[in-house]
Amino acid sequence: MDTVSVHDKTVAELAAGLAAGTYSSEELTRDCLQRINGIGSELNAFVTVAEEHALTAAREADRRRARGEAGLLSGIPLAHKDIFCTNGIRTSCGSRMLDNFISPYDAHVVERMQTAGMVMLGKTNMDEFAMGSSNENSFYGPVKNPWDTTAVPGGSSGGSAAAVAARLVPAATGTDTGGSIRQPAAMCGITGLKPTYGRVSRYGMIAFASSLDQAGPMARSAEDCALLLEAMAGFDSRDSTCVNQPVPRYSETLDADLKGLKIGLPKEYFGEGLDAEVARVVDAAIEEYRKLGVEFREISLRNTHLAVPAYYVIAPAECSSNLSRFDGVRFGHRCENPRDLEDLYKRSRGEGFGAEVKRRILVGTYALSAGYYDAYYLKAQKVRRLIRDDFLAAFGEVDAILGPTSPTVAFNLGERSDDPVKMYLSDIYTIAVNLAGLPGMSVPAGFAHGRPVGLQLIGNHFDEARLLNMAHRYQQVTDWHTRAPEAFA
Amino acid sequence: MQWEVVIGLEIHAQLATRSKIFSGASTAYGAEPNTQACAVDLGLPGVLPVLNAEAVNMAIKFGLATGCTVAPRSVFARKNYFYPDLPKGYQISQYELPVVHDGEVILELEDGGTKRVGLTRAHLEEDAGKSLHEGFEGVTGIDLNRAGTPLLEIVSEPDMRSAKEAVAYMRKVHSLVRYLGICDGNMQEGSFRCDANVSIRPKGSDKLGTRTELKNLNSFRFVERAINYEVERQIDVIESGGEVVQETRLYDSVKHETRSMRTKEEANDYRYFPDPDLLPVEITEADIERVRAELPELPDAKRLRFMEQYQLSAYDASLLTSAREVADYYESVVTASGGEGKLAANWVNGELTAALNRDGRDIGESPVTPESLGALVARIVDDTISGKIAKDVFEAMWNGEGEPDAVIEARGLKQVTDTGALEAMVDEVIAANPKQVEQYKAGKDKLLGFFVGQCMKASGGKANPAQLNELIRKKLAD
Repeated sequence: MDTVSVHDKTVAELAAGLAAGTYSSEELTRDCLQRINGIGSELNAFVTVAEEHALTAAREADRRRARGEAGLLSGIPLAHKDIFCTNGIRTSCGSRMLDNFISPYDAHVVERMQTAGMVMLGKTNMDEFAMGSSNENSFYGPVKNPWDTTAVPGGSSGGSAAAVAARLVPAATGTDTGGSIRQPAAMCGITGLKPTYGRVSRYGMIAFASSLDQAGPMARSAEDCALLLEAMAGFDSRDSTCVNQPVPRYSETLDADLKGLKIGLPKEYFGEGLDAEVARVVDAAIEEYRKLGVEFREISLRNTHLAVPAYYVIAPAECSSNLSRFDGVRFGHRCENPRDLEDLYKRSRGEGFGAEVKRRILVGTYALSAGYYDAYYLKAQKVRRLIRDDFLAAFGEVDAILGPTSPTVAFNLGERSDDPVKMYLSDIYTIAVNLAGLPGMSVPAGFAHGRPVGLQLIGNHFDEARLLNMAHRYQQVTDWHTRAPEAFA
Repeated sequence: MQWEVVIGLEIHAQLATRSKIFSGASTAYGAEPNTQACAVDLGLPGVLPVLNAEAVNMAIKFGLATGCTVAPRSVFARKNYFYPDLPKGYQISQYELPVVHDGEVILELEDGGTKRVGLTRAHLEEDAGKSLHEGFEGVTGIDLNRAGTPLLEIVSEPDMRSAKEAVAYMRKVHSLVRYLGICDGNMQEGSFRCDANVSIRPKGSDKLGTRTELKNLNSFRFVERAINYEVERQIDVIESGGEVVQETRLYDSVKHETRSMRTKEEANDYRYFPDPDLLPVEITEADIERVRAELPELPDAKRLRFMEQYQLSAYDASLLTSAREVADYYESVVTASGGEGKLAANWVNGELTAALNRDGRDIGESPVTPESLGALVARIVDDTISGKIAKDVFEAMWNGEGEPDAVIEARGLKQVTDTGALEAMVDEVIAANPKQVEQYKAGKDKLLGFFVGQCMKASGGKANPAQLNELIRKKLAD
């Protein structure tokens, strides 16, 4: 069979091509697999390529299409972040701890995408247990940014971002606890959406910080994200924090007029620390929106400076408990010849976890300790409430909020590895959104220092439709999202 | 020095839900190891807990039955510690905000008085699995069937002043949870177990002494023994100039002693915090009313009703209401007997209880059904048999010889009430004992009993004693 080259097409375009019979799912799948194993291999974007599984699924999708049973997304290739449990295919979470872990069940998101007929190609690389902003914390080595292989792709969903940016897959799933979808999407020049907390079930998604984690789509356009979110979202009784609310047809409101829309520009997102060139790109995007009839007004999210400190108490506290199940007893890494129970725990965990994971477990354990709980954990929860209140007050005045996704473009591999605090500041504009449980998007808006810049759109709870509409209208008048890294065009 | 004993109990009652508190796996006891543990119970990566609403209903029932406040909002927290049979590395429990709190249990004391024991709180939590040491060489087996079984932890105030009171309290709670149908109370299978906090202080002091926590008390007898042992130990320690150390002690039922497990310094810092995977439990007034409407009649109310309705003594009523099964059995006997409350109580508390105890059976395993026992009581009342013969009939019924009428018929035990037959019997006895007749007539009234006895013997016990008395008196007066 000849290989077709369709890698530069979006999900929506592929859906049309498949429906028209221009190519088969198997052809698409082979093309993607060839790119993943060929040109894409130097990016280290995948932990596991599930070739056989993918081809079987693709053929099945083709048969269903032949029988007239295909849905819109049937037969379209997709990659899952390696944090989603996949039945029978290794789920490593980027950690040595789970290097040998084969889940006996599928995550809710995996089930949903499978039900939609999408073809999973493999599992993408990530920061270990989703803890990181550069993808350098993976047991499987760092992922490289397709725009410049000396740069990081961002994290923690760096593998998914790089794979989509390099046109290895048309779409991928990600998870976002403090910016892990939006920040790598920005750094790799793709479109990524973190939905409202509770919009997508967390069942089968390996927990980092349960009150912040949320799954979402990463693709090349807002239209694709809309189609993917329609498939992904929905009530799941297995996740008590999943909200039972109907899923809107996001793809049907993409073209709505933006005229008269009021958008807030938080002054705290444009101050010190924001790279000047990144600021210029964001200003240009604001101009585009003005042309679309959007009205801007300055707002204040006055507790923004407290978001990173509060996050780095709450997220480690939750992770210190969530990661206790990795004890070498039932699954995952177990040390050789443990002397006794304590030795089993200490060595299994000591060997299984990397440095950043250990750092956060220690910080979190400390924050929850008797005598410190009130000063750290409780205080951080109070700050969290203030941050949420700031946003809700702002949404009394404006329909959405806009700003940069990250203060800088992708930094160089190794550049921030030794400075965790500097690394954490990479998520300074995204973290507050998780603390408030709001939906947030990153949309490609241009380049600074030759690397992609992301524009962040933040909406009120369950207002994903508005964000997708705003992003789509912007993408109709700009072409930043269609730009491909030269080496992968 | 006179010492006062101060005891508080923490009772763990396994709730009788069909599935686990946070998963759909079965809670049935005794399955092959690890066959009733699903992905959630195993703590696999990515799984999440979902609260079993029935467990909450059961906790509300307990709260209403003990005068607790039902919290409109309660919160599940994680209690973090590592142990091989604790799959997630934390136990989901309730910490700051329990589902019910501030109630009481009233104990009836042997001297007829009552005693109030305050309930601090009762909270929901999941049980851990079991570590198995027997049958393994050099390793420990883990059985996670029990992991995730719902528990209600019932915490009392330190209101008890003796091991006996502690046992009385435990029995009362045991009876209550079984009445409510929220726990099977099976102590051998660990469905109902308790830890005791024990301290002593000089009589008259209002300051609490340093307490120790006794673990592994899985029978009423062990609770009493362990506390008594521990009280003696603490007195010895203090009287020989030492100090009681705050620690957890394990009761060894074989050696009959308590020994130190861990001291306060070695205790875990559990790092409790609200479980972010679970929403707060919201309970509305309507929920509470719905559960209240499902409440069965509770032991105290039942006891008062029995005293009133069946004219029973407080003692009899309290025996009959100690367990719901006994009370239900008793009331069925009353119905079948045609409303003979007092006599039915005597039989249930007397012959039936004795037979059950002798054979080590529960009332649910009685070979004599309440309907049969009621029929037997009816035969006493209608003079078909005497109370004495009825005991023989009961034994026969117990041994499977059938219904009372059949036993009476088969064994020819029907009471002789035919005046002609009785007269002939009396005449014979009088004729055979002229000496006694003479003495009786000379004024030795007590000999009446002798004649009754002789007649009874002649009738094989079947003569109606009242009729017999009457006849003999009449004949001897002639």
